[in-house]
Amino acid sequence: MTLRALLQPHRIVMMALFAIFVIWCALSLRWDWIPQYAPLALEGLWRTIWILIVTCILGFLLAIPLGLAQAIGPWYLAAPARVFCTVIRGTPLLLQIWLLYYGLGSLFPQIPWIRGSDLWPYLRQAWPYAVLALTLSYAGYEGEVMRGAFSSVNKGQLEAANSFGMPRFTMFRRIWLPQAIRSVLPTLGGETILQLKATPLVATITVVEIYAVSSRVRSDMLIVYEPLLLLALFYLIIAGVITLLFRKFENSVPSR
Amino acid sequence: MELLSLSPPGWGGNLLRGLVNSLQIAFGAFGLGLVIGLFGAYGKLYGGVVIRDLLGIYTTVIRAVPELVLILILYYVGTDLINKAAEAMGYGRVEISGVVAGIWVLGIVQGAYSTEVLRGAIQAVPKGQMEAARAYGMPALLVMRRVTIPAMMSFAVPGLANLWLIATKDTALLAIVGFSELTLETKQAAASTRAYFTFFLAAGALYLIVTLLSGVVFGRIEKWARRGQPSLRAGQSR
Repeated sequence: MTLRALLQPHRIVMMALFAIFVIWCALSLRWDWIPQYAPLALEGLWRTIWILIVTCILGFLLAIPLGLAQAIGPWYLAAPARVFCTVIRGTPLLLQIWLLYYGLGSLFPQIPWIRGSDLWPYLRQAWPYAVLALTLSYAGYEGEVMRGAFSSVNKGQLEAANSFGMPRFTMFRRIWLPQAIRSVLPTLGGETILQLKATPLVATITVVEIYAVSSRVRSDMLIVYEPLLLLALFYLIIAGVITLLFRKFENSVPSR
Repeated sequence: MELLSLSPPGWGGNLLRGLVNSLQIAFGAFGLGLVIGLFGAYGKLYGGVVIRDLLGIYTTVIRAVPELVLILILYYVGTDLINKAAEAMGYGRVEISGVVAGIWVLGIVQGAYSTEVLRGAIQAVPKGQMEAARAYGMPALLVMRRVTIPAMMSFAVPGLANLWLIATKDTALLAIVGFSELTLETKQAAASTRAYFTFFLAAGALYLIVTLLSGVVFGRIEKWARRGQPSLRAGQSR
């Protein structure tokens, strides 16, 4: 948006109104708790971003074989992949998180060799379940997208690579995957924002990310709107950053 | 297995009651979202500059902030407003039922998404059709009812089907504000019997059944909305 478009009369009025609203919020609501909770909030913010990045990368890596299996795999690979995607997309994420955390969490202590293993100190915490649930969810949604992307790549190019004697893996790495990823980049941005919006759900299994911090402020200070408004602002900013990053990505790959 | 039986020693009845609550809210929210979406789409396409900007802010903010946070904000704003209004009219504080609150909150969230879906669908209708109707002197509402809406249906149905699925799954978020829909009922049943896997898997199966059945129903609707149109696949080749 150019400056000129921003300076239309009605937009100036709206911005003025918004500024008045912000000033009113700053003056009449309670903000004295911020210094006290700022370190915790920063930690929570960092944890939200960390979970978002890790689960998106892991989920995407998992989505590639899922999409590939559905696009060209034999039926004994395609069918489980399709069932996985349907189940993940057909049930609420909250239910999946609770199933993993409470279900596996109550199962593991009963198995002696898991209790004895080196992983046990991690399995007693909440975040591995959060990461696992969010990764699987992202993979489920993205697997479906990748299926479409893989089957939309021009067959002629693959045949050409094949006829030059390119090994199948090189062909996949050099031709098929890059083009599929290029064609899903816009969707990927949207899905990543959806994933961002899914992260507060892990607060329900005691992972202290930014949403959990805001709930704590609400119950400690007995205030309602202030932390929620600030929280919404944080998410808006992160979503904006994701949009910009993906736009930059999209512009940096040559388009047809 | 006897934990899932419908009569009181089992918890099946509670799960089904939760499912009914979930579906009720999903229906209401989807409907409210459609109404908001229709007005929103028309506002975005034909409204003045101010309306267009306001709707732009509405859809952007709603789609960037997590549903969970929106649910909390809208829930508190809604109850505050209603209580203020009730006090102004001389009534005492009102207790708002979970179903109404859930529909209001999820409906506003759905409205933002369906605004975008319907706007895209209306834009996909060839302009000449609406212009022809206008040229014959049809009033605007009649054009909307007889031409625009039937013609855009086939473009809107896939997006709306997606929104319906999101609505059914978003009802699970109301568990966090303590409304006893399917997910919360499941958690309570699981916590008091310690049979976590049984109950969560059963609830997952219920959600999945709803999803799959909705898929079939929306497939039918899409076929009906597309009646008389050439198949989209026929023209495509790669």
